[in-house]
Amino acid sequence: MSTMTLNAGEAVPAQKEATQPVAEQTEVKSRAANPNSQVDGTVGSPFCDDAKLRMRNVNVFYGESQAIHDVSLDIGRNQVVAMIGPSGCGKSTFLRCLNRMNDTIEGCRVEGELSLDGEAIYGPKVDVVPLRARVGMVFQKPNPFPKSIYDNVAYGPKIHGIASRRAELDEIVENSLRRAGLWNEVKDRLDKPGTGLSGGQQQRLCIARAIAVSPEVILMDEPCSALDPIATARIEELIDELRENYTIAIVTHSMQQAARVSQRTAYFHLGKLVEVNDTETVFTNPEHDLTEAYITGRFG
Amino acid sequence: MQTPTLFALLLLLVLVAYGTGFSRAIATARSRGGVRSLASLPNYYGVHTALWCGLPALVILGLWMLFDDAIIRTLVLGGVADKPETISGQNLLYAQIQNLAAGNLIGATTPQIQAAADHLVSLRQSGRWMQTTITLILAAGLGVYTLLRISPELRAREKVEKVLRIILLACACAAIFTTVGILMSVLFESLRFFQSVPVTEFLFGLHWSPQMALRSDQVGSSGAFGAVPLFTGTLMVSAIAMFVAVPVGLMSAIYLAEYAGNKVRAFAKPLIEILAGVPTVVYGFFAALTVAPFVREVAQSMGMEASSESALAAGLVMGVMIIPFVSSLSDDVINAVPQSLRDGALGLGSTKSETVRKVVIPAALPGIVGGVLLAVSRAIGETMIVVMAAGLAANLTANPLESVTTVTVQIVTLLVGDQEFDSPKTLAAFALGLMLFISTLILNFIALHVVKKYREQYD
Ligand SMILES: Nc1ncnc2c1ncn2[C@@H]1O[C@H](COP(=O)(O)OP(=O)(O)OP(=O)(O)O)[C@@H](O)[C@H]1O
Ligand SMILES: [Mg+2]
Repeated sequence: MSTMTLNAGEAVPAQKEATQPVAEQTEVKSRAANPNSQVDGTVGSPFCDDAKLRMRNVNVFYGESQAIHDVSLDIGRNQVVAMIGPSGCGKSTFLRCLNRMNDTIEGCRVEGELSLDGEAIYGPKVDVVPLRARVGMVFQKPNPFPKSIYDNVAYGPKIHGIASRRAELDEIVENSLRRAGLWNEVKDRLDKPGTGLSGGQQQRLCIARAIAVSPEVILMDEPCSALDPIATARIEELIDELRENYTIAIVTHSMQQAARVSQRTAYFHLGKLVEVNDTETVFTNPEHDLTEAYITGRFG
Repeated sequence: MQTPTLFALLLLLVLVAYGTGFSRAIATARSRGGVRSLASLPNYYGVHTALWCGLPALVILGLWMLFDDAIIRTLVLGGVADKPETISGQNLLYAQIQNLAAGNLIGATTPQIQAAADHLVSLRQSGRWMQTTITLILAAGLGVYTLLRISPELRAREKVEKVLRIILLACACAAIFTTVGILMSVLFESLRFFQSVPVTEFLFGLHWSPQMALRSDQVGSSGAFGAVPLFTGTLMVSAIAMFVAVPVGLMSAIYLAEYAGNKVRAFAKPLIEILAGVPTVVYGFFAALTVAPFVREVAQSMGMEASSESALAAGLVMGVMIIPFVSSLSDDVINAVPQSLRDGALGLGSTKSETVRKVVIPAALPGIVGGVLLAVSRAIGETMIVVMAAGLAANLTANPLESVTTVTVQIVTLLVGDQEFDSPKTLAAFALGLMLFISTLILNFIALHVVKKYREQYD
C-alpha cells in the first residue's frame, strides 16, 4: 500500500484543482452499513468543471436486463479516470457507451445524456464514424487485423486520410509503435502478420493502432491484462505521456495500476457507480464500505 | 445359420466379452487395493476384450463373404465334365445351375446340370455351417484368451487406442483406394484409346467428330478426336457462369451476413438455398426455352448473329444455379469472422463498408476462395444445362453467342446408345474423363496452395 500512496501522491496537486471546486455539487451519501447493502446513488465527487466527457443518468439495457443503473460521471480534460470493480459489474459496458460501440450489439439500449465537449453523443444527427475517430478504443482482448504489422497501424490513418504521402505514413507508424513500446521488437518485420505476434505484443499493437489516428479520448478496457510487468510499465508510462494531450478512461483489475496511472477512480458495483473520488482518497480513505471492501480484497 | 442371426450372435458375444472383461478387471484389482491399482480404467479392459472377441471374427466373416461365391463357383464348375471353353459360355452354364438350385428353372435339364445344382446346394450348406462355427469359435476363443490375460499391469487403454487408430486409418485408406481405383480404371481404358488415337492428336487436335463408320469403306470412316473445342467450350461456359455467380453470390452473402437484420436473414437465406435444390433439368429447359431465345433476340436486335443455342444462355443459367453455392459458403465464413475484428475496425472510426471491405473480407478470403473453387468444379461438371441450352456442336469459337459443347456433355453422348464397348468412340469418353479428372486435380492443387499461402500470411 505504501508505494501506491507514494505514486498516487504525485498526482494529487493536479487533481485538486479539478475536483475541489465542484465539491459542493456532489451528493455525499451516508456510508452504507455492510458490503451487501443496497447502493443508492454515488458517493464522492463524480462531477468536475472542465469535463471532456459528461454522462448523466445513464442506463444501459441488454434486452430486458439492465446492466448499468443510473450512472452519472464526468471525465475531465487531460485526465486519466480509472474504473474498477468486480467482474461483470458493467465497466466494459459503460466504457463502450462513450464511443457508441454498444450500437453494434443487438438489443443493447442506452438511455441518458452523454456528451463529448458539450455535443450529445447519442444525438439524432450524430455520425458515429467521426465520433469513433475522436474517441478511440483499446479492447479487452487483443484483436489485430489479419494484415501486416505495418498495415495494422496504418489502417486508421489511411481510412481517415491523415497521411497523404508514404513517408508521412511511415513516420506515423514508427511513432505509434515507439510510443506503444513495440518498435524495437517489430521494426525488422513490419511486413509480417500482426496475428503472428505474442498476446502481449498484439495488445501493444492494438494500442499503437489506436493512437495512430490521434483520438482526443482513448478508452482502454483492461489494456494490460495480457502483458508482463515490463510491457505494463511501458504502457503505464505511455498513459502518463498521453495525458498531456488526451483524455483517458481505463478499466483495470489491478488496483496498483489504477493507483499508479489515474487521477480519479470510479468504483462500480453490480451496474451501479458506487464511489468516485480522486485516486488517493479512494485507495487511502474510501468513503463507501463497498469500495473499502473491494480494495482491501475482502471480495471481488 | 443365416447371416443376420450370426451377426446378432456375434454382437451378443461381444457384449458379454465387454461385461466380463470389465468385471474381471475389477475382480483382479480387488486383491491389490481397488480400481486405482489398474493400469487403465476398468471399461478399457472391457473394450479391449470386446475388440479382440469381435474384430478378428468380423474380418474373417467379411473375407468369407467376399470370396465365398467365387470359391463355390470354381468347385461347382470343376465338377462339370464337359463345360464350355469361353467365359461367357461358362457364365451361362453357371447361371443355369444357380437357377436350378434356387428352384426357378423348370423344364429341360440334363442330369449333369442337375448333379451340379445338387453339388452347389450341398456346398452352400456346408459352407454356411463352416462359416458359423469358425466365426463363433474364433470370437469365443479370442475372447476367453484375452479375458485370461487381464491383469492389473495390462495397459488396456493403450491397446484399445492403438486398435482405434488402425480402424481410423483403414477408413481413410478406403477413401484413398477408391480414388486410386477409379483413376486406374479410367487410366487403363484411356491407354487403350490412345492406342488407336495418338495422344497428341487428342490433346491438340482442333476438330471433334467422334463418328465411327460401321463399315471401314464408308466415307469419313475414321472420326476426329481433337479435344480442344470441348475444353474451350467447357472453359467458356464455366467462365460465363462464374462471372454471374461470383459477384452476385458474394455480394448477397455480404448483404446477408453484414447488413440484413435477423428477420430478413431468416427468410432470405433459405430462399436463396432453394435455388440449389432445383433439379438441373429444370434449369436446362428454362435455359433452352426462355433464356436462349431471349439472348438470341437481344443479340439480333443489336445486329449480331446468334444461334438458337448459345454458350451465353447456358453460362448465364448455370451461373444462377451456382449462386447459392458461393453465397451460402461465403455467408458462413463471413459469419465466422470474429466480432472483435469488426469492433476493432469500427472502434477506429471505419464505416460499415470500410470494415467489410478492408477487414472482414480479407479475413474471410481463404474460405471464400474455397467456396468459389467448389462452385467452379460444380460448373465444370454440370452437364444437363449445357446439353439443353448450348447444343452438341463442337465449335472451336470464342464467340459466346455460338453453340458450343463441353467435356461432360460429350462423355454422355459418347456413352448413350448402343455401341461396341471397345470402339474408339466409347473409349474416348474415358480419355475425356481422365482429362477432366486431371484438370480438376490441378485446380484443387492450385486452390489449396493459394489458400495455404494466404493462411500462412495472415494466421
Ligand atoms: N452482449 C451482451 N449481451 C447481454 N448481456 C451482456 C452483454 N455484454 C455484457 N452483458 C452483461 O452485462 C453485465 C456487465 O458486463 P460487462 O462486460 O460490462 O462487465 P465488466 O465489468 O466489463 O466485467 P469484466 O471485468 O469481467 O470484464 C454482465 O452481467 C454481462 O453478463
Ligand atoms: Mg470487461
